[in-house]
Amino acid sequence: MVKEVMTSNKAVAEAVRLAKPQVIPVYPITPQTTISEYLAQYVADEKIAAKYVKVESEHSAISAAVGASGAGVRVFTATSSQGLMLMHEILFAAAGMRTPFVLADANRAISAPLNIWNDQQDSIAQRDAGWLQIYVENAQEALDTTLMAYKISENPDVLLPSMVCLDGFILTHTVEPVEIPDQESVDKFLPPYVPEHAYLDPKEPMSIGNFADPDYYTEARYAMQVAMDNSIEVIQKTCDEFAEIFGRQYGLVEPYKTEDADIIFVAMGSLCSTIRVIVDQLRDQGEKVGLLKIRAYRPFPVEAIKEAVKNCEKIAVIDKNYSFGIGGALYSDMKVKIDKEIYGFIAGLGGRDITPEYILEAYEKTKVPEKDVTWIGLKEE
Amino acid sequence: MVDIPDKDLLAPGHRGCAGCGASIGVKLALNALGENTVAISATGCLEVMTTPYPESAWEVPFIHVAFENSGAVASGVEAALRIQGKDDVNVVAFGGDGGTVDIGLQSLSGAMERGHNMLYICYDNEAYMNTGIQRSGATPFGATTTTSPQGSASFGEDKPKKDMPMIMAAHGIPYVATASIAYPEDFVNKVKKAASIEGPAYIHLQQPCTTGWGYPSEKTIEMGRLAVETGSWILYEIENGEFSITFTPEERKPVKEYLSQQKRFRHLQDEQIEKIQKYVDAQCSELGL
Amino acid sequence: MVSIGCVIKNPGNSRNNKTGSWRTFKPILDKEKCIDCDNCIIFCPDGSVNKQHDIDYDFCKGCGICANECPSDAIEMVKE
Repeated sequence: MVKEVMTSNKAVAEAVRLAKPQVIPVYPITPQTTISEYLAQYVADEKIAAKYVKVESEHSAISAAVGASGAGVRVFTATSSQGLMLMHEILFAAAGMRTPFVLADANRAISAPLNIWNDQQDSIAQRDAGWLQIYVENAQEALDTTLMAYKISENPDVLLPSMVCLDGFILTHTVEPVEIPDQESVDKFLPPYVPEHAYLDPKEPMSIGNFADPDYYTEARYAMQVAMDNSIEVIQKTCDEFAEIFGRQYGLVEPYKTEDADIIFVAMGSLCSTIRVIVDQLRDQGEKVGLLKIRAYRPFPVEAIKEAVKNCEKIAVIDKNYSFGIGGALYSDMKVKIDKEIYGFIAGLGGRDITPEYILEAYEKTKVPEKDVTWIGLKEE
Repeated sequence: MVDIPDKDLLAPGHRGCAGCGASIGVKLALNALGENTVAISATGCLEVMTTPYPESAWEVPFIHVAFENSGAVASGVEAALRIQGKDDVNVVAFGGDGGTVDIGLQSLSGAMERGHNMLYICYDNEAYMNTGIQRSGATPFGATTTTSPQGSASFGEDKPKKDMPMIMAAHGIPYVATASIAYPEDFVNKVKKAASIEGPAYIHLQQPCTTGWGYPSEKTIEMGRLAVETGSWILYEIENGEFSITFTPEERKPVKEYLSQQKRFRHLQDEQIEKIQKYVDAQCSELGL
Repeated sequence: MVSIGCVIKNPGNSRNNKTGSWRTFKPILDKEKCIDCDNCIIFCPDGSVNKQHDIDYDFCKGCGICANECPSDAIEMVKE
């Protein structure tokens, strides 16, 4: 094990190197680009024994990924924003065909207007594709989660692809100290992918990606729901196993001072680091406040959330995305599944900095609510 | 000679129309390639008629993902096979004309340019047949389709067929050929040659479609033969940049003989037929037929 | 329930689907006239003619290509 200072993109690339995928089809896009660059170099330097497929678009990146995973090997790809939107159709196919590969998404706003900075609209817009989505808070978590994502996705009870979501620029281009696990430990944690459900071998022909009529389609989709349900336990188990080997404990969610809190913030990704500081400040002032960081957004860990928020009075959800007429996606999911007084806040769109003041404003507006959904930091002229 | 296997690698029981030309083409191609093959298909007639779950007509490993991406899917499959050391496995991708010359063009272009060791076969029936005969970039001048209909202000498709094999040739890949299901020996030889060549290969296979072209089902091969005999479809190959005609009709028949037998052309006036004849003459003279 | 990802692990099982029921005209081969050109085998869209030129009526859809392409007129299409 070594410790190095690196960006989250480098951390993801390191995880990919350690996970030993055999095919890497990837197309550059800001702010994911450095992942594709690091991996190209690793392959060029024989640090990864993989075919790096220099595709001509994200659509082909994900298509080649499904083809390679369907053929039976471990696969990695990465993208961001417009690239993920271009992949949209094939994301559904990847999940439906049960190809368990991993995609890192450098979270970035969606055009128009064109914007290269961070929010989470891109991956949120893919939430119904049948992928597992895990949002990370820092570079270490990006590395660790990428490794765990393979083990979770490849679990025979899951067999759905995973999306590791890391905030564009805030994480992808910011350096932090990261512990890089040694290969031997990773190999122990993550053995080679040996698919049983689908592969392409002339010695044992099978047909993959077939046509299903109304007699079968519903059951095929329901089977994905069962897999998604199964993944809740698999994620927790994988996190525990990871902690045993590597000493860092993760979960479906990460509660912080929620036990006795009256108001709990709920958020995903790097924003949680800022909220944690505010929680401490408010606690110093005698406020009973906490934070629930959602790591697994799909599957939506309802029981873990219920447990974490059971004692609170109100919940303030901060979303870096928006569903028109409804509010943030996390907010609306919370409203559907959690029986509490919940308020939604939209912030940080297109890279607008979410300052401590914004979070304090959300806190005040949860204490004394004006409306159910509030856009924070809106410049109203 | 076309080798007759003990068992076809495209099994019967598939849902292709009676007289389906695509089935003939795919059957011949798979039989020529043999069992050590992985097949990829774009969405379209072929995929829908051969893989209605839980039944598949594919006796070789098969994968389909979507309409516009069979080139990219094949790239991924090829990369996965090669990294596992399976260098001897044939990788063949099939796309209809819509999935190839229209919506799948970018994905295919990328696959060809990257040099994957694979064969792409476009089974060209000159329109979107699976969705009910809409025009594609491969629909020939004058043909009526449901989206290029004849009317008081229209004689049908008003643009010539996109020259896809030459677009592929412009990629500088080692092997490009045209073929017809009516000339099975020529086609099978090309498939075998394409498979033996290292690097990407492209075969553009014309296959008449009884449903979309409007002729009786027994005339599928006859129609393909007429296309070639009139010079409407020219059989050639380009091997490492060397162009050669692989079949020359003894005497080129007038295009009218080909057009008049198909419902899609039956409305054409002499003036349009003449235009088509001139276009075909020019094509033949350009390619040296 | 369906298989994971609707994968079909016994390919060629389209043979369970007897497309012979589609047929309205039936090809009848007169083996006396047959010259072994194999056109009927090569051009059959449904792989319904074997090496001995026996026609498999379980699958033959009655398209008539074999009769049309037979150089010795050995195949006749008969209404069923």
